[in-house]
Amino acid sequence: MRAWLLLVVALVAHADERRSGRDTMSPALRTLQADDAQHPAQLALALGRELWREGARSCASCHGEPEKLRGAATRYPAWDHGLVDLPGRIQRCRVRHQGQLAWPPEAEPLLALTALVAQQSRGLPLTPPRGPELDAAAKRGRSLYMTRTGALNLSCAQCHDERASLRLGGSLIPQGHVDDYPVYRLEWQALGSLQRRLRGCLNGVRARVPEWDSAELLELETYLARRSAGMAMQPPGVRP
Amino acid sequence: MKRREFAVAVAAFALLPEARATDDAMRAAIRAWAGRDPEAGTLKIEIAELVENGNAVPVRVVANEPVTGLALFTPQNPEPGVVQVAFGPDSPRPEFSTRMRLARSQRIFAVARAADGRCWQAGVDVIVTLAACVEP
Amino acid sequence: MATRAVITLPAAIKAGEPFEVRATVAHAMETGYRTGDDGARLPRDLVRRFECRLDGELVFSADLFAAVSANPYLAFWLRASKPGEISFTWRGDKGFEHRETRPLNFA
Repeated sequence: MRAWLLLVVALVAHADERRSGRDTMSPALRTLQADDAQHPAQLALALGRELWREGARSCASCHGEPEKLRGAATRYPAWDHGLVDLPGRIQRCRVRHQGQLAWPPEAEPLLALTALVAQQSRGLPLTPPRGPELDAAAKRGRSLYMTRTGALNLSCAQCHDERASLRLGGSLIPQGHVDDYPVYRLEWQALGSLQRRLRGCLNGVRARVPEWDSAELLELETYLARRSAGMAMQPPGVRP
Repeated sequence: MKRREFAVAVAAFALLPEARATDDAMRAAIRAWAGRDPEAGTLKIEIAELVENGNAVPVRVVANEPVTGLALFTPQNPEPGVVQVAFGPDSPRPEFSTRMRLARSQRIFAVARAADGRCWQAGVDVIVTLAACVEP
Repeated sequence: MATRAVITLPAAIKAGEPFEVRATVAHAMETGYRTGDDGARLPRDLVRRFECRLDGELVFSADLFAAVSANPYLAFWLRASKPGEISFTWRGDKGFEHRETRPLNFA
């Protein structure tokens, strides 16, 4: 009898309590994200579609239509002689296969292509890949997530696990899922990557801000993708 | 206005000279656009009551009769004007939508201008929350 | 960058019936109140005027101020009785000007 009770309790406890930041926004912002005609990232997506076919060795020349990459964005961060997230993969393609110089971090064209590729995976669940290197990176990322840092001495977990749905100032604390990146953040008045958001948070707790594409940020991204694994993506997102 | 209410209003304004200046600036801007001080009237202003970020607030203004123009004003932004639209003669719907910036919680105003010279305004209170952390 | 504006029109427009137009132009709408990384004020740089014309006739216009969000978005309704061309023009500070046209055909 006791075993059955424990089983029932365990099953109930495993019901998915994860909620996307999408669902905790106001209806007005949810509409901004859901309505393509109003979405603040439309300009970036249109730019992305243009860049896709630009140049002799365009993205289109290898990949065909952007739609062919449906599912690709669900499988990041990946391992390819190092950790690589989706913007990083696009940069590698640009350098190795298109023979162009890499863009600086958060460059407008890079975000535009990231948004375009990510958009192709709308509605699909996040399915970050596994493997020995990725598993080790996720473990390090989880450790970073749980460790207090910065002059404010806060860990990610303290806000986004323990205090999600409470308020910091007037703002609702989200669970911090990574389902909708890249996001048009109203605070930025621009589209931005997950790395930008992480750097912003670390700056917020007055910690040293890691360099773009640093091991620390990529390991955090690797852990965060697993933390949000299975949730449906809806990129590009809109967030306050 | 009742005597007591009037006294309270004056006292509040006396404590906030800045607020009074911007209310006057808004009234002047409205007058400049509408041609005169509008009467209180009916206009639908669709906007979230609680705004999570004041950088881009969706807003829709709808009149319930044909108008030659619609405009939005704010008393507590650094400047009162937001947007002023004009409709052509065959305009099928007296409405428009945009995304506006709101510096802080305030009552925003929409004003309508009709072909016969009438003008009227309506207001709605909006609460704006500011970002908890400052971006680098 | 090549993409400067996005215009959304309904797929099927019927003669004489109202249809909604959504227009966004890429522009920072710098208010003049922000400071850059060096602490110096970023100068004001705004889109000031938007005009929509049906075969040259002005059917909708807007005067924009600093309180319009970056990448200014406007949605409004039009009605046309004959096919033709819709033009969208934005003008602003520092000689900013951008024009888009779309053919108007009926379903």
